[in-house]
Amino acid sequence: MTKETITLTVNGQTVETRAEPRELLIHVLREQLEITGPHIGCETSHCGACTVDIDGRSVKSCTMFAIQAQGAEITTIEGLGNPDKLHVLQEKFKEHHGLQCGFCTPGMITRAHRLLKENPNPTEEEVRMGIAGNLCRCTGYQNIVKSIMAAAAELNQPETAA
Amino acid sequence: MIPGRFEYHQPDSLAAAVGLLSELGEDARVIAGGHSLIPMMKLRLAMPEHLVDLKAIDTLKHINVADGVVRIGAMTTQAELIGSAELQLAAPIVKETSLQIADPQIRYQGTIGGNVANGDPGNDMPALMQALDASFTLHGPGGARDVKARDFYEAAYFTARDDLEILTEVSFPTCTGGYAYEKQKRKIGDYATAAAAVLLTKAADGSCSHAAIALTNLADTPVFCDAASTHLMQSGVSADSIAHAVQSCISDIEPVEDNRGPAEFKKHAAAIILKRSLETAWSRA
Ligand SMILES: Cc1cc2nc3c(=O)[nH]c(=O)nc-3n(C[C@H](O)[C@H](O)[C@H](O)COP(=O)(O)OP(=O)(O)OC[C@H]3O[C@@H](n4cnc5c(N)ncnc54)[C@H](O)[C@@H]3O)c2cc1C
Ligand code: FES
Ligand code: FES
Repeated sequence: MTKETITLTVNGQTVETRAEPRELLIHVLREQLEITGPHIGCETSHCGACTVDIDGRSVKSCTMFAIQAQGAEITTIEGLGNPDKLHVLQEKFKEHHGLQCGFCTPGMITRAHRLLKENPNPTEEEVRMGIAGNLCRCTGYQNIVKSIMAAAAELNQPETAA
Repeated sequence: MIPGRFEYHQPDSLAAAVGLLSELGEDARVIAGGHSLIPMMKLRLAMPEHLVDLKAIDTLKHINVADGVVRIGAMTTQAELIGSAELQLAAPIVKETSLQIADPQIRYQGTIGGNVANGDPGNDMPALMQALDASFTLHGPGGARDVKARDFYEAAYFTARDDLEILTEVSFPTCTGGYAYEKQKRKIGDYATAAAAVLLTKAADGSCSHAAIALTNLADTPVFCDAASTHLMQSGVSADSIAHAVQSCISDIEPVEDNRGPAEFKKHAAAIILKRSLETAWSRA
């Protein structure tokens, strides 16, 4: 079956690639576009390590064909921050030990980013429900929740009026 | 986990989608949110040669409430159901049920049409639709027809929908009486060990003017508990009538042993969530 041309905007850059319709978005991101932040944990829609943001929704990119994302705006962990300028969530995960091995972290933070956009001032319960689709084998979640709450608090600080 | 090869189609109108299905015949499948279909394709339990994606058909995305009837387009996502203030007023049980489905990521993608058309006994929407006495509108080459949710499910993955038909809309009367959707599951993101959708309306004199009970994942189809519903309407709601209704529902189900437990355990769990959901619904009636 022939490859199709797929145009995506990934982390603000428009990219074109070719893929068979059966190729999953996570594989196209990692193998063709070399965006390896989103991880493959389970490949069965359970763990959330592959979470990316597509047109303002958190999506498990192992459960979407790349061709379904034709024309979409995609944000991955690479688009949120970088080693020189960490995103607030990355800062807070670092500060509050929100990660151990770090395998779940890109998906966790990408999900938390959307959660805080939709609900800037969540309760602890809402954070827990909001990240229910992301599994972590290491931390026991306690520090992940703390990190997200701390990021929310920081983001909610009133900015000094310009 | 690489699915088999297929050709991808993205029609932008319902007529074009129905036309494609007729033309491609049984080698084609519709894809909505893909969150039941893609996992099946990865396991190669489904190997369609053509996928007809409904995502570009805007007429399948709406939530309308008018003249006492709720109409929801098939491509409305579970997240959109949860976020709709209008729906929360017209039928709050829809949000309560939707929040019990899977996890946030899956609810952004999964659609009401896919959930009710899929035919998996583990899906939560079918029992809800039976309790609400919903109708499903199907569009095929011969035109449109409506099928009642209570008549739609024949066996696991077998429904009254013809392969060439697209489910376009779900509709049901507004429902503002007492309600509850209770689900026993092993963890978030799991299908039900047992779940119950209950609607109870209290009349001005305290009697029960309307009752509807339907169950998820306790047989190879959703189960509408007609006798128990009728009993509550005839005898009113009391500890005795609830106990009687629970027993009646249990005699309607045929759970099978699987990784969620043996059949006897599922009956036990079903009895507990049924009692709980009947009490909750009546307390809200
Ligand atoms: C990890 C995980 C956990 C889940 N947990 C739950 C849960 O607890 N409860 C629950 O109810 N669901 C659960 N689901 C399933 C999820 O809700 C699905 O999204 C839903 O069952 C199907 O909706 P969809 O839009 O994704 O449909 P798709 O996967 O696209 O389609 C499903 C089937 O329906 C057909 N179809 C879809 N739309 C139409 C239409 N409009 N007309 C005709 N045929 C159509 C397709 O051809 C296919 O056969 C879970 C899924 C995952 C991956
Ligand atoms: S890799 Fe996608 S959910 Fe686990
Ligand atoms: S830090 Fe290791 S899986 Fe979460």
